[in-house]
Amino acid sequence: MAYAAGVDVGSTQTKAIIINEAREIVGRSLTDTGANVVMAAEHAFREALGNSDLREEEVEYVVGTGYGRYRVTFGNMQITEISCHGRGAVHMFPGTRTVVDMGGQDTKAIRVSESGEIVDFCMNDKCAAGTGRFLGAASSALDIPLDQLGPTALRGERPVKITTTCTVFAESEVLSWLGKGKKIEDILLGVHQSIAARSAGLLRRVGVEDEVTFTGGVARNVAMIETLNERLGLDVNVSEESHFMGAIGAALFALDHILSSRTPTRAATAKEGA
Amino acid sequence: MAETGSVDTIVGRGNRDGARLFREWFTELTEAAEEDRRGAYVFVMGSFCELLRVFDFPIVFPEINSLQTAVRHVAHEYLDEAEDYGYSPDICGYVKADVATQLRGGRLPMGRIPKPAVAVFTNACNTYIKWAEIWERMYGIPTFALDIPGSRTAGGQTWPGDRDFENDRRYVEAQIRELIPALEKVSGVKFDIDKLRETMGHQNTMSRGWSRVLKSNENRPSVFNALSDGTIFLGVANGFRGAPEGAQYFDDLVEEMEYKAANGIGTLTDEQYRLIFVGVPCYTIFRRFNELFTEWGGTFVNSTYLWFASGGTNLGFQYDLENPIESLAHGMLVSVRDAMDSMFFQSDILAEMVDSYHGDGIVYHPIKSCRTVSTGLADCRRKLMEDRNIFSLFVESDMMDKRVVSEAQIKNRVDAFFEGLATRRRQAAMAAE
Repeated sequence: MAYAAGVDVGSTQTKAIIINEAREIVGRSLTDTGANVVMAAEHAFREALGNSDLREEEVEYVVGTGYGRYRVTFGNMQITEISCHGRGAVHMFPGTRTVVDMGGQDTKAIRVSESGEIVDFCMNDKCAAGTGRFLGAASSALDIPLDQLGPTALRGERPVKITTTCTVFAESEVLSWLGKGKKIEDILLGVHQSIAARSAGLLRRVGVEDEVTFTGGVARNVAMIETLNERLGLDVNVSEESHFMGAIGAALFALDHILSSRTPTRAATAKEGA
Repeated sequence: MAETGSVDTIVGRGNRDGARLFREWFTELTEAAEEDRRGAYVFVMGSFCELLRVFDFPIVFPEINSLQTAVRHVAHEYLDEAEDYGYSPDICGYVKADVATQLRGGRLPMGRIPKPAVAVFTNACNTYIKWAEIWERMYGIPTFALDIPGSRTAGGQTWPGDRDFENDRRYVEAQIRELIPALEKVSGVKFDIDKLRETMGHQNTMSRGWSRVLKSNENRPSVFNALSDGTIFLGVANGFRGAPEGAQYFDDLVEEMEYKAANGIGTLTDEQYRLIFVGVPCYTIFRRFNELFTEWGGTFVNSTYLWFASGGTNLGFQYDLENPIESLAHGMLVSVRDAMDSMFFQSDILAEMVDSYHGDGIVYHPIKSCRTVSTGLADCRRKLMEDRNIFSLFVESDMMDKRVVSEAQIKNRVDAFFEGLATRRRQAAMAAE
């Protein structure tokens, strides 16, 4: 049995996935990236190995992805998270033609072919507006844990209009709405709607083609799913594995490589090197 | 003068001579500044250098000076200084770098520029007009805006022989005839039509050469990189417009490019992808930006920048030296109009470029600093994707403001672009089997 791994080193979190030849996930790990990117990648990979009961040498090929992909020092290849999220999304939802990946510091709109290859893509520019960081700012301003933002926002009935496009200024705008006596849930619903609007704009730049799959860490936020659905006028696909979609895509690319070339195992390569 | 003969002397000569000419040009400008001789301030899209040289003005291109501050990694100092003076961060970076240059008495990393005696420009860029007004206020100098009629029907042009074209040409000619006595007054030099014929003759050589150089890159492998090498050639095309050194340079450059084509000498040892660049280069990380593409075996075979920023010289327009003023109007009309079309009506031009230059993809580079060249790029890209399924990359940054240039983000997009190109190529090969 061949095993392949994908390690997605994102700006906020690092994810590792190990799959077998049947493309089943046998190991996974999630850790904060922190300042030491190399260590985060290693840590995530080792933890995934641990919960799959595999030894390192049994994993034949590793693909690194995400902003820190070149810091996956034990990786055999690097592929951008744009390709990996596309591939992962089509694997989980074969009808996927458009992917919206919302991560810590960027949001990507990706149009894919039926086999998961990129047809077109678009990302937010240098500003982090409309990304997970925007929610982080709201969380900190309102002193609400990140995982409670979505459920709280869904209780909102009269959403405020968040006008700033700057993540830093979002915090002061949120506070100003609080000062005007607005309910926290209405402010949060407004924050989610603002992000959904920016993401929908990105998606329209590449062309929204059904089905749309929502990936990345923010896809775990229920209010984000709902506001995005409202904005796009359709129901986006969301998987339990959305957070790991980049790592899954990377692992699938790694498996492709094993199956197409049957390269020497990492252990054999190490032995040859020795 | 042209060195002839071996690969060692010919290959790379354009880059070497270009750098030398630039040094010489700035030495002359510095001398003029030190002697308090005043210059003619002009812009790349319709510089009228052919005419201005008749009056012996040192010619200053503020756009080129500003971009040089970015290439030399000091642009932020100039931008900060202009912003501290009161200019908004949203204003064109070229304008702000020039304002700071003026505040510094014309001092730049390359030398010193003289103060202006006059500014002559066209309407090709709306910022030109407001920019020149700054010098008017600073120095009390006369400024001349020449109104060049653009394409007036959705992407359509009037052509020589049409009644509308002749009306437009006479409109430009009338403005030139008004400009000449004004320049005589400012410079104190009498207009000499034979000297104009001479500069226009040099420009004929340069335009012919520029057009041939651009065409030489249809060759496989490409003989120059339109982003890196091309920008050096472009600098000479502008800075030495209508000058004998410029004419000689382009004669030599044509020889170099044709030599490289004949001998299969490309810009990369393994040219994998032929790309078209749209927009203004990212001068802040000029070399690195290009490397992000060459590392994947990608090279830029053409660029709309080499068209519009040469003021439409890419057309290779040849002046009729028997009727210089009439022909100058004719040449300016078609060339500047072409420069504007290269910014505003790009989609058909790009489709043709992809075909004739065997392009694999297009890289759009909209920039924060310049709405004129950036607005409409998203529409253009969408149209070409729909009409021709041409794979493209849309990467946003700036020409000189490093606060909005993120190399890591650009690299991410570039890498994904090449992954997509590789997939397309693989799929095409499989379909062909």
